[in-house]
Amino acid sequence: MAETVLRFILGGAIVTAFAAMGDMLKPKSFAGLFGAAPSVAIATLGLTLRMKGPAYCAIEGRSMIGGAIAFFVYACLVSTFMGRRRMRALHATLLAMPAWGLVVTLIWFLGYRS
Amino acid sequence: MKPYGVEIDREGLRGTGWRDYALRFILGGVVTASAGVIAKIYGPVIGGLFLAFPAIFPASATLIEKHEIKKKAKASFDGTIRGIKAASIDATGAAIGTIGLALFAAIVWKLLGHYSAWAVLTAAILVWLFSSVAGWLVMKRI
Repeated sequence: MAETVLRFILGGAIVTAFAAMGDMLKPKSFAGLFGAAPSVAIATLGLTLRMKGPAYCAIEGRSMIGGAIAFFVYACLVSTFMGRRRMRALHATLLAMPAWGLVVTLIWFLGYRS
Repeated sequence: MKPYGVEIDREGLRGTGWRDYALRFILGGVVTASAGVIAKIYGPVIGGLFLAFPAIFPASATLIEKHEIKKKAKASFDGTIRGIKAASIDATGAAIGTIGLALFAAIVWKLLGHYSAWAVLTAAILVWLFSSVAGWLVMKRI
């Protein structure tokens, strides 16, 4: 429980910090880079390194590559929904979320299952 | 000074209230805590996939859209389309950033365990930053 609370606080702080950096900058295409900052990873790996060691974290890093590929697909979809279909940001970001899940599942099935 | 057209967005800073930061704090915290729980239950292979979950992105995109709409509303215009366009451009930036994210992950995978953990994490963050900026500069030229 204490570990989960610590992850919540650290994760929240680091995510907010990167988001604030993005808010501070323009043009928006440059600020968008911070939307894909490894904020969750930094918070998680920092704690996991202490508790489980570097070998465990290295395995998480390998899987994270698959998550990043899914994030790329997700971001492209969101950009298309908003740019071409003029969908509102909340709708586009939520509608595209299952695509992240689908791509991640496919990547896990094809590359990480064994 | 505006290196490559990048500058501080003073209006963006002013337009972001404490509620917006609180929302991102809570979302970021929930996603990070959940990633830890998932790794605990299902192991590091599945847990690692969630380290690249788009945690900040929906809140950031919605906030950008909201700012643009507010800006235009002050001048009695409907800023919805402008807001959507701005958020769409932000999404394109995030797509470029995911390339850096994958490189971050690759550095962690290959170098953790061989070198000092904090040196590897620092190097991985710098690689994310420089490769994302490089990708953005390439996109600007295309």
